[in-house]
Amino acid sequence: MLPIEIIYKIILILAVFTVTLVVAMYSTYAERKVAGFIQDRYGPNRAGPFGIFQPLADGLKMFTKQEFIPDSSDKQLFVLGPSLAMLTACMTGVVIPWGGDITIGDKIVKLQITDINIGILYLLGVVSVGVYGIMIGGWASNNKYSLLGALRASSQMISYEIALGLALISLIMMTGTLSLGEIVRQQDEGLANVVYQPLGFLIFLICAFAETNRAPFDLPESENELIGGYHTEYSSMKLGFYLFAEYINMFISSALIASLYFGGYNFPFQHSLGLEGNMLSMVQTFVFFMKVFFFIFFYMWVRWTLPRFRFDQLMNLGWKTLIPLAILNMFITGIVIGYKNGFFNF
Amino acid sequence: MITQYLFYFLTFVAIFSALLVVFSKNPIYSALYLIVTFFATAGHYFLLNAQFLAAVHVIVYAGAIMVLFIYVIMMLNLNKEVEPHKSTMLKVAATVCGGVLGLVLVAGLRETELTALSEYSNPSIGLIERLGNVLFGTYMVPFEISAVLFLSAMVGAVFLSKKTIH
Repeated sequence: MLPIEIIYKIILILAVFTVTLVVAMYSTYAERKVAGFIQDRYGPNRAGPFGIFQPLADGLKMFTKQEFIPDSSDKQLFVLGPSLAMLTACMTGVVIPWGGDITIGDKIVKLQITDINIGILYLLGVVSVGVYGIMIGGWASNNKYSLLGALRASSQMISYEIALGLALISLIMMTGTLSLGEIVRQQDEGLANVVYQPLGFLIFLICAFAETNRAPFDLPESENELIGGYHTEYSSMKLGFYLFAEYINMFISSALIASLYFGGYNFPFQHSLGLEGNMLSMVQTFVFFMKVFFFIFFYMWVRWTLPRFRFDQLMNLGWKTLIPLAILNMFITGIVIGYKNGFFNF
Repeated sequence: MITQYLFYFLTFVAIFSALLVVFSKNPIYSALYLIVTFFATAGHYFLLNAQFLAAVHVIVYAGAIMVLFIYVIMMLNLNKEVEPHKSTMLKVAATVCGGVLGLVLVAGLRETELTALSEYSNPSIGLIERLGNVLFGTYMVPFEISAVLFLSAMVGAVFLSKKTIH
């Protein structure tokens, strides 16, 4: 690999990292504004025009609060918990294609950090490891409420990972690849995958809500029964890391939904606009972020609309509804693929 | 060159954390070190060009099985204070059993020839297309039989966990 390409990769990694953090930061602001809008009130409007500096003020507050580690907690694991949550949240962005190819000088470079051919498996791996941050933090706090929150988080994420994986299998069967870049490229030629996989998309969306611990599945931190759930004992920026990781996960899963089911950076009639090369790529990136922002808004919309589930309802939905539906979806996908390949022509 | 350094690093991590699994007093720590061991093993699979195996290793072992292990340990709230004291007799028996197992491993590995794999340099050896073709082509019947085996194990587990049979 040439040094210039390494430099380019480093720039891309830094850019993706910065964009992820900034979007997550302003998602907290957007969440409160959306909540305000839905509940017919203003939301934050004191720090700067329209309260635009509110996330900075929040961050400053988080950093300057007293750092407190409970005496009876497991000190190392107590620090490891939020660090792991943040680490796994930041790791998922590397396989997402953020836009088409751009040309710098005489080199064509992808707007994707790495297009590994097991991209989806990598994502599933990182997601499945992501639960440790919450589990370790909840256990190390040495508090009954934290422990209950951690247990809820782990059982919920394990349960919904199965349906999530099964929904993805139908998509992989259809596209025939595990690489995210290739899946997005295929949607340039054909229609968006949601047209072929509406049920799979629905299952994936519901599971994404559960995996990110967002309402209506935010039982690990349901405040009216568990105080703060797994982060009850946390203060200062360690609490900030947990909350922030949730927003990063939300951003990444929105990006995933957009690229897996809604064409990624592709948009209709993109090749008949007369745009070429870098201009087209820039428009594509813009469109991609618009899709992502819509799904982030959708997350918030649902949070401020639906009440929280009960834990047994959550488990029943996961095991008795979503998993059979996902298997049914896989079955139908298999039959359609078989029919297309002429397996039923006797 | 870099592969070799990575190999030694991963081997060190794997062996060191495997030892800590055994020597940690707290079951939670043992489980966490086991996860580190799994990650080091997955890294070894990557070095052998077996990407799919590495990813599945992380998803299944580190991501699912160990979560359930830790879940149970947390649920029972096991820690070093409530760990029952084992008798000396049991400790001696355990040491002998472990030593015998080690002996079997050493005996098995004694005659092994450390030759380089002929297809080691083939970068597509562990890719998922290749694996799928082999599993659903050459080894179709054993693969399907093992699937039936898993299904029956699953049905058995569900049956055993049901309290009332009616």
